[in-house]
Amino acid sequence: MLGLSTPSGFIKVSKLVSPWLWTACVLLIGAGLYFALFVSPADYQQGQTVRIMYIHVPSAWLGMFGYSVMALASAAGLVWKNPLADLVAKASAPIGASFTFLCLATGSLWGKPMWGTWWAWDARLTSMLILLFLYFGYIALQNAFDDPGRGARAAAILALAGFVNVPVIKFSVDWWKTLHQPASLMKMSGPALHPSMLTPLLLMVSGFTCFFVAVLIVRVRTEILAAKIRALRLSEIHAAQGSGVAG
Amino acid sequence: MKRLIEIIRRDLRLALRQGSDSVMVVTFFVLTVILFPFGIGPEANILERVSPGVLWVTALLASMLSLDRLFQADYEDGSLELLALTPTALEILVIGKVAAHWLTTGLPLMIAAPVLAVLLHMNGDGFVALLVTMLLGTPTLSLIGAMGAALVLGARRGGVLLSLLVLPLYIPVLIFGVGAIDSAVQGLDYSAQLLLLGGILLAALPLAPLAAAAALRQALE
Amino acid sequence: MKVARDARAIACGLNRTGFVAFPPTSAFRECFPLAGAVVLLWCRAMTKGIPPSSFAGEKLVCIRGERVVFTQLDFRLTNGEALLLLGPNGSGKSSLLRVMAGLLKPADGHLAWNGAPVTDDREGHSARIHYVGHHDAIKPVLSVLENLRFWARLHDPRTGDRTAVTALERMGLERLAEVPGKMLSAGQKRRLNLARLLAAPAPVWLLDEPSVALDRASVKVLEAVIAEHRAGGGMVALSTHADVDLSGARELHLDHFAAAPGVVTGIWA
Repeated sequence: MLGLSTPSGFIKVSKLVSPWLWTACVLLIGAGLYFALFVSPADYQQGQTVRIMYIHVPSAWLGMFGYSVMALASAAGLVWKNPLADLVAKASAPIGASFTFLCLATGSLWGKPMWGTWWAWDARLTSMLILLFLYFGYIALQNAFDDPGRGARAAAILALAGFVNVPVIKFSVDWWKTLHQPASLMKMSGPALHPSMLTPLLLMVSGFTCFFVAVLIVRVRTEILAAKIRALRLSEIHAAQGSGVAG
Repeated sequence: MKRLIEIIRRDLRLALRQGSDSVMVVTFFVLTVILFPFGIGPEANILERVSPGVLWVTALLASMLSLDRLFQADYEDGSLELLALTPTALEILVIGKVAAHWLTTGLPLMIAAPVLAVLLHMNGDGFVALLVTMLLGTPTLSLIGAMGAALVLGARRGGVLLSLLVLPLYIPVLIFGVGAIDSAVQGLDYSAQLLLLGGILLAALPLAPLAAAAALRQALE
Repeated sequence: MKVARDARAIACGLNRTGFVAFPPTSAFRECFPLAGAVVLLWCRAMTKGIPPSSFAGEKLVCIRGERVVFTQLDFRLTNGEALLLLGPNGSGKSSLLRVMAGLLKPADGHLAWNGAPVTDDREGHSARIHYVGHHDAIKPVLSVLENLRFWARLHDPRTGDRTAVTALERMGLERLAEVPGKMLSAGQKRRLNLARLLAAPAPVWLLDEPSVALDRASVKVLEAVIAEHRAGGGMVALSTHADVDLSGARELHLDHFAAAPGVVTGIWA
């Protein structure tokens, strides 16, 4: 596919795509912010705080999107033994984790005026919290080995296991929530959302996604260059050894 | 099949002769549960209210204690290489090791749980639910734990890392385990929770050994 | 039914000594004992003059920790042959043995048994080989006999106590049969590990520095055991720093297959 599966191909394609992505990202987020802050109305119950949603919801989406990218790339890395897929998985984890954290932080900020507390065991927030720990486990496992290839393979298996578990965890947390507190305080999904709120939300979601992909490309490119440097160093060590010990 | 029995027998024999971890695991379980009355006060109604959660959370932590040894010893002395070269699927051998692990940790925990439930003044209606959820839940813990133990082989700070990997995956078992006991105590039907626990076990039974075997193979490379 | 079982036993035995050119896979034999027996009889009729089995690797490439250990390596083993792996530290002797065993996947190239890729029948390949690595895989709390019996039964569940005891006798460990593994010296542990080779037969032996920790007399025993194995049609691949006398062994110098120094190979080039 466009030579994307090799590192050099990836760098070539990414150089073409990157500027467009960044432009799209700035335009979409700029427009989204304009609509979110000036055009869309304040909520009649929540007042101005409803605008936190325009950061909170895209962050939540990217938290889950990042994990899916990570799991799919991990699967590709395991099946086709493609080192580039491993790098994509590795690169997307910290970005996804950051957005998950942003989602939790904005959720907490939003929660203070709404629920009068910084943290409520809301089903959605709880699931995101667990997702954050899944990210932490993945990142920790990846960095726990001296051999980067080893870390990538172990982490890939973990990412797949986590991916299978995410729906189970989501379901169990929802179930747990309904058991303990049936009334949902936060309503923001479904057709209840007015178009004046939907427009900025969609703009922000697509802008954030562009940002995610653009940052991902930067990270993967850095990883490729780092791997190249390691390969060069190794071959130098090898060459020095070869001339020193004669064979 | 013969090989499966052979490896279970060997692991049990090892556990027996090495002065197994089971005693430590159960001691940890009992001790930690006993800490709770000191932490939250000895009032019977409070203890009764929190008893299912306390028992399950503690059992979860206790079952993790011996996990990092599950493959570590075999990894260090070269046994794991030979196990991987056995003319049978590595997944089968993983199931054997998990079975032995469950027999030496999950089963003792299950036996100790009702005694501790008495100490925490758990309502008598909850005992059957406690035992059944333990029976369905602890094998899942061993299975998921085996996957984690296989993943951290050869890693730096494997033990701490293991808990970070495994605990989030334990959450569904915890939720449904406690949920079932809570329902039983309130005199409600709890078959749904049991079915869910059983379903998770049935799903973990093929998937976790598959992941664990894959992790072991890459650890040996 | 008894006939089928006997035929199956014969088949397994033949298969293990590597004399059958096209043996049905173990899975096939277990599912269809009768058909398996027929195919085996046919194989035996076809292969009356004991045709050689072969174990070969082609264009093997091994990458460890982002370093190319060896490239374009070919080897070939047939009945009775021995392959002596030579080369300095880090040239990939151990890696090659692990690749041969199937513990390590080669980055490129493939292994074949009688021309068929071993990846097609991984368990069948495991049944054909014995691997002796750097670690002796001995549990300190199990007795010598228990240790050996476990590995022999895992390799072949039908292994009896007598076979295990005979193997111990051969390695000079029969007096230690009831002694727990933790009381063994390094040399005794190594001999116990080597006893696995005899307790459950397999046609291919992959030995990574088997003479480490062995005294002179034990090395002589090892040499004799290897010679018998080869005389019976077995194959051996062995790496060593000390002198292990393998008459007529072919030598494989791994440093000849090292990647050219200073050249970045692999996908990062």
